Amino acid sequence: MDWRYIALCCWLASLTSNALADTQYNGTAAFEQRYFLQDPLYPQQPRDSASVFFAPELYTSFNDGQDSVLFRGFYRFDQRDSERSHGDVRELIWSHVGENWEIKAGIGKVFWGQTESLHLVDIINQTDSIEAIDGEDKLGQPMVALSFFKDWGNFTLFALPYFRERTFTGEDGRLRGPIPVSGEDALFESKDKNSNRDWAARWQKSIGDWELGLSYFDGTSRDPDFVTTVNEQGEVKVSPYYAQIRQVGLDVLTIIDAWIIKFEAIQRTSLAQDYWAMVGGFEYTSVGILDTVYDIGWLMEYQYDDRQELATSVAQNDLMVGARWVLNDVDGSEMLVGVVQDLDYSAVRSAFIEASSRINDHWKWRLDAWFFSSDETQEPSYLLRRDDYVQFSLEYYF
Amino acid sequence: MHKQAKRNRAKKGVLLALSFLVATCNIGLVHAQSAEEKGLAIAKERKQRDIGWSDSEADTSMILRSPSSGETERKMRVKSLEVKTDGDKGLTIFDQPLDVKGTAFLNFSHAIEPDDQWMYLPKLKRVKRIQSKNKSGPFMGSEFAFEDMSSFEIEKFSFKYLRDEPCNNLQCFVVEQVPTDENSGYSKTIVWLDKDEYRPFKVEFYDRKGSLLKVLTMHDYQLFLDKYWRPMRLSMVNKQNGKSTDLITHSLQFNTGLTDNDFDKDSLMRAR
Repeated sequence: MDWRYIALCCWLASLTSNALADTQYNGTAAFEQRYFLQDPLYPQQPRDSASVFFAPELYTSFNDGQDSVLFRGFYRFDQRDSERSHGDVRELIWSHVGENWEIKAGIGKVFWGQTESLHLVDIINQTDSIEAIDGEDKLGQPMVALSFFKDWGNFTLFALPYFRERTFTGEDGRLRGPIPVSGEDALFESKDKNSNRDWAARWQKSIGDWELGLSYFDGTSRDPDFVTTVNEQGEVKVSPYYAQIRQVGLDVLTIIDAWIIKFEAIQRTSLAQDYWAMVGGFEYTSVGILDTVYDIGWLMEYQYDDRQELATSVAQNDLMVGARWVLNDVDGSEMLVGVVQDLDYSAVRSAFIEASSRINDHWKWRLDAWFFSSDETQEPSYLLRRDDYVQFSLEYYF
Repeated sequence: MHKQAKRNRAKKGVLLALSFLVATCNIGLVHAQSAEEKGLAIAKERKQRDIGWSDSEADTSMILRSPSSGETERKMRVKSLEVKTDGDKGLTIFDQPLDVKGTAFLNFSHAIEPDDQWMYLPKLKRVKRIQSKNKSGPFMGSEFAFEDMSSFEIEKFSFKYLRDEPCNNLQCFVVEQVPTDENSGYSKTIVWLDKDEYRPFKVEFYDRKGSLLKVLTMHDYQLFLDKYWRPMRLSMVNKQNGKSTDLITHSLQFNTGLTDNDFDKDSLMRAR
C-alpha cells in the first residue's frame, strides 16, 4: 500500500466527517462454517474451518443530493488460514452527479457484463479469490471515473492509478495447489509495478430488447500467470506474475420471448500471447410451475478459451447447465444448482449448490457447496480434486 | 397505482358526449351503445382523468399476512414518472427486508409490448435486465403480482360494462376487463368504479381456470393537486390460500422535479 492510497483514504474520510447531514449506517456480519468432504492432499490443511466477517457501510449525501460519499469496509477472521483473515476497503468513493454526467473518485467497485457462469468482460476490480471459489468477491479499486449519460449511450472513462494484487490461500487453507502462491513476491511486467497507470473505457446502451456493451482496458492484467522458482536451499516458490495487457470486450443481452440470451467475448493482447475467449448461453424461466407460485429458471452457458491447453482458466471448452428454483415466498427462498462439464475430458467437471432464505428481518441462512471431479493432471481443476466442501452461513443484517 | 382525476362536470359531460358521437359516426349507424363500447368509454374516461400528474414520490410499506407465519413488513420508496405517449416509468427502492436494502427495480411499462425491466443488485454493483413476460409472478413474495403493480393502460384489456351497483355508499359501474396479453395470470378481472370520480374501489381477479383468485379493495382515497385521487391503502386478499397483503402509502408527493435522467439504468446505482 503506498502513500497515495493512504492520502486518498484520509481525504475521503475528512470529506465524510464534514458532512454528516444525511448519513445511513448499515452492514452485514456473518458466521460461516466450512466442512470438507475428503481428507486433504497436503499435511497442513484442515478438514473444517470456521470464520466470521464484518462488512459495515456508511453513506452520506450532501449538496442537495448531488454529492455523496460511500464507504464499504470488510474484515474476515478465519480460524485456520491466516491469509484468509484479511481486511479490505471495498469502497470509499465520492461521487458528484450533474445533469448528464457523473464523476467518481476514490476506491470503487464496478461490474461489467451479462453472463452468469463466467465474467470475462468484468476487469476493473481484482478478484478477492480467497473469499469464494466463484470469483464474485472483488477488492476495492482506486479510480477516477467520468461518466456521460447521452442519447447515444452511457460512456465512462476510468483512470486506475493503483493496482490491487489478487489474494491467495495460505499454507493452512484448502482450495490451493501443492505450493501456496506467495502473493507478497508478486512480479510485474511494468517497471512501475502496482503503480502502473491503467485506464479503461466503456460504452453501454439499451436498445429495445437489447443490452449492448463495449469496453477497452489497457494496463495490468488482473489475472496473474504463475512463475515457479527454486532458491539455493532448494525451496520451491510460486509467484504471481502480472503482465501488461490490452483487452477489448463485448457483452450482449437480448430478450426473445421468454428467453434471455447472454453473450460475452474478449480479445486480449500481451507480450506473450494474443487470444480470445467467449461465454454465451441462455436463461429460460418457467413461472408458476405445477400450479404453484414457484419459478424455475434454466441456465445453459458455453465457455470457450482460444488458448486451449495453455489456458490457466478452467473455462477453455466447458458447458455450464444449471437451474434456479425461486419459491417466491415471504422469506425470499431460492436455490441454484449447476454443473460445469469439461467437453475435452469427460471426467472433469464441477458442481455447485447455492441456497438461501431469510429467517426474519435481520437474519438469513445460506448454504453453499462445491464438488470437484478431475483425473486430468493437466487441468487446473486437478488441484481441487479433494476439496469438495459444504459451507453453512448465518448472516446478520443491520 | 390507481389513478383518478377530478374534473369539472360540464367538461366531462361534453367529452363523454363527444366520444359517443365520434364512436357513433365511425360505424355510421345510430344504435344503442353496446356493453363493450360502454366498458371502453368508462375505461377511457378513467384514463383521461388521470392525465397530467407528471411525477410522484411515495413512501410505502407492504404488510404480508399469512395464516401460518404471521405478519411481515416490507418497506420501499416508489418514484414514478408519467409518460404521455406510452406506459409510465417507475423506480422502486427497497429498504426492508435489510438483506435486500438498496436493491432497486426499474420499470418502463408499455401499453402493448412487454415492459422493460432492470434490477440493481448493490452488493455486486450489477444492473441486470430481467424478463418482464413473467408478469404473473408474485412481487417480493406478496399477494400482488408484478402485473398488479403496473400502470393502467387501455390497450392492456378488452372491456365490457356489466351493470351498475352500489359500492362504498356510492353508485358504481361494474366493468369486466379481459387482459389482451396471453402471459397475464388472469382470465379476467372485474372492477368496481364510482360513477362520480371513476375511482376503482374493488377488483376481483380470476385465475386462468376462471376461478376467483384474489380480491383487491382500495381505501382512504385522498385528493392530490386538486385533481388526482389516490388510495392510501390497497388490500389484496387471496381467496385460494388465505394470505393477504396490504400496500400502505405513508406519504406521497407530486411535482418533485423528477426527470427522465432519474429513470436511467445508471440512476439505479445512485438510488438510495
